[in-house]
Amino acid sequence: MASALINVPARAKRGEVIEIKTLISHPMETGFRRTQVGALIPRNIIRGFVCTYNGTEVFRAELHPAIAANPFIVFSTVATESGTLVFHWTGDNGFSVTESAAITVE
Amino acid sequence: MERHTSRREFLLAAGGVAAGVGLGAVIAVEPARATPIATQEAIRKVVGSARINPGKVKLELPPLIENGNTVPLAVTVDSPMTEANHVRAVHVFTEKNPQPYVVSFHLGPRAGRARVATRVRLANSQSVVAICELSDGTLWSDSADVVVTLAACLEDGI
Repeated sequence: MASALINVPARAKRGEVIEIKTLISHPMETGFRRTQVGALIPRNIIRGFVCTYNGTEVFRAELHPAIAANPFIVFSTVATESGTLVFHWTGDNGFSVTESAAITVE
Repeated sequence: MERHTSRREFLLAAGGVAAGVGLGAVIAVEPARATPIATQEAIRKVVGSARINPGKVKLELPPLIENGNTVPLAVTVDSPMTEANHVRAVHVFTEKNPQPYVVSFHLGPRAGRARVATRVRLANSQSVVAICELSDGTLWSDSADVVVTLAACLEDGI
């Protein structure tokens, strides 16, 4: 199973811009490589990433084979209220991982 | 005389066959890669036909890359990120990867700051283009030329 690393500050001031870093383990097989006997290795990538903040979408990304293995994404959001950030990755072969992080806004 | 002619014919025929084989091999080993035209087509497919202006966007890439499999890439856009004036999306394209379309980020006023970063694969020394779509519908772009010493996509398979 894929494991994800998420870096979200645990506390933030209201209105502060916080930086979020996410990393998920995934081979991101491009579909352009071949085995030593010449057979094409089928594509297996993460295609989508969504971040929701208390149910509201704040960031979304569409990934393609040119994203390096173990996709690393950095983005930011405004700390509006205490709550949960939910991260969701989807991809080929039914890949689907959801992680969440709590944030306290003062 | 008879022998001379046949030798000449043989060489001509052999040369023709060799040239044919050579040409065939060149076509066969030409790797799958996008051309600047394919990149333009991919860009138009994603952002539409609006005019792309230079400026406002800053694409950060190391100028010299040792390993094309993991290249840090960051895009910063000069935008106040308010409800009225914000970055709607950031798209990244390459010129010589097998597929020119690399990634799309969709932002909004909730982002607070228009900066995104990730790690990409680059198949060759080439130029990379970042295009940003603002909330008023205008498109802005920046490009960076990079030199890749070890290209992605070349490592052995399983």
